[in-house]
Amino acid sequence: MRQLSTPLIWLTLVLAWEGAVRALAVPAWLLPAPSAIGAMGWEWRAELLANTLVTLRETVLGFALALGLSVPLAVLVAFSRLAQRVVYPILLGLQSVPKVALAPLVTLWFGIGEWPKIVIVALVCFFPILVNIIAGFDAVPRAMLDLMHAMRASPAATFRRLRLPMALPYLFTGCKVAITFAVIGAVIAEFVAAQDGLGYLILMASAQSQTPLAFASILMLTLMSILLFRLIEMAERRLVDWKP
Amino acid sequence: MTPAALELLGVTRHFGSGATAVHALGPLDLSIAPGSFVSVLGPSGCGKSTLLRLVAGLEAPSEGRLRRGGEALDGPSRRVGVVFQEHVLFPWASVLDNVLLPADVYGLPRAAARSRALHLLERTGLADFAAQRPHSLSGGMKQRAAFCRALLPDPEILLLDEPFGALDALTREELSLDLSRLWGELGRTALLITHDIEEAILLGDRVVVMSARPGRIRADFAVDLPRPRGVDTASSPRYQEIKREIRALLFQRA
Repeated sequence: MRQLSTPLIWLTLVLAWEGAVRALAVPAWLLPAPSAIGAMGWEWRAELLANTLVTLRETVLGFALALGLSVPLAVLVAFSRLAQRVVYPILLGLQSVPKVALAPLVTLWFGIGEWPKIVIVALVCFFPILVNIIAGFDAVPRAMLDLMHAMRASPAATFRRLRLPMALPYLFTGCKVAITFAVIGAVIAEFVAAQDGLGYLILMASAQSQTPLAFASILMLTLMSILLFRLIEMAERRLVDWKP
Repeated sequence: MTPAALELLGVTRHFGSGATAVHALGPLDLSIAPGSFVSVLGPSGCGKSTLLRLVAGLEAPSEGRLRRGGEALDGPSRRVGVVFQEHVLFPWASVLDNVLLPADVYGLPRAAARSRALHLLERTGLADFAAQRPHSLSGGMKQRAAFCRALLPDPEILLLDEPFGALDALTREELSLDLSRLWGELGRTALLITHDIEEAILLGDRVVVMSARPGRIRADFAVDLPRPRGVDTASSPRYQEIKREIRALLFQRA
C-alpha cells in the first residue's frame, strides 16, 4: 500500500490536470493537457532524445570536471596549512557569487559550443562538492587522530586509512547536491546561447507557442535529473556500506 | 640494572597561560619496572588521562622529564600500544582489518600479522566476528577488539586509558579478568588509568592513588595478591584489606 501511494497520487494529479484542461477548454499554447504533451512528445521523440543526449553530455562532463578539480583541491587544503590560508578565503568569496549569473560571461569567453555549458555546470557543481569533502576530512574524531598519532602513522597513512574513508559519505552528499545543480546549470547555459540541448528546445518551443513540446522537454530534464541522482545513490550504497 | 620501562621525573602539565592557566598535573615522580602492571587510580578530573597522554607521547609536559626504557621520551613510540577510553574502531573496516591497522601502518609482514590477529581474536572470543563491522558488536566486544589491535604488534608497553569506563559492571569485571590473564601470558609492562578501585587492585601489581587536581601521587600500594587472579580474588581477605586501605585514603578529607 505504501509503495503504491506515491504513483497513485501522481496518477490522480495527472488525471485532474487532464480533466481540468478539458473541462475549462484551456488552449494548448497556454497549458496543454498531459495527453497532448504525450502525443507531441512521441511525435518529436527523435529530436527529444537527441537533445536530451546533448544536455546529458554537458551535465556529466561538467560534473566530472568539477569532481576532478575539487577532490585534489580539498586534499591540498586538508594537507597544507598554507593552502588552507590562501585558498579558503578565495573559495568562500567565490562561493557567494551566484554562478548562473556568470553564464553570459562564460559564453562570451568560451564561445557558443559545448564548452561554455560544461564550464557553467562545473562552476555550479564545484563548491558543493568541495565544501563537503573538506567538511569530511575535518569530521575525523580527535580520538581517531590520537590513535594514528600514537602509532606514529605518516600523514599519508592517516589520510589513506582514516581521512579518506571518513570523507567518502560527505563526498557523496556533495555529489548529490551538485548533480541537481548541474542539470540547472546546463539548462541556463543553453538558455544563454545554444543550437541544441533541452534548454534550447524549451526556449524554441515556447517562442513558437509549441507549449506541449516545452513540457515534454521539461519532463525529459526531470527524468534525467532523477536518473543521475539515482546513479550517484547507487554508487554511494556500493562504496559506503558501513554505519557510523 | 635494567632501566625502568617508564619513568617520570618532576613532571607537571599546565593548560593555557596567564590568569586562566589550569594546573592539571604534578609535580609527579613515578617509575614503572619492566614487566609490571601499574594501576593509576584517581577521582575524575585529577589529570590521570593527561598523565596517560604524556606517557603515550601525545602531549609534552610543561616541566619535568619522561623516560621510556632509559631513553628520553619525545613522542609516541611503536613499541607502545594504547587502548583508549572509547574503542575508536573504524566503522568502515571489518573487525579483522581494524585489528590489522598497526600492521598496515608499521608495514609488518602481512601473513604473519594476519595469523597473529586471528589468534588474538580467538583468544578474546571474537573469532566468529572477524569479518563483521564494529557496529554489530556489543560494547564489550568492541573494547576487546581494541585490545587486540593494541596487542597486534606485540608492544613492550601497554597503556590503558579507562578502557572499561564505558561498559556495564558485569562486562567490566569479565573483561578485566580476561585482560589480567592475557597480560600474564604476555609479560609486558602495563599502565592502567582508572577510577575503579576494584579494577585497579584486581589488575595491578601496584596501585598508585592520585589526588584531586592538580593530580599528584598520594600513595603507592603494593598489591601482593597471587596470580593468576580470578573471580575468587575479590573475596580474599588480603584483597579486602587493600581495598579498605585505599578507600580510607580516598574518602579521608585531605
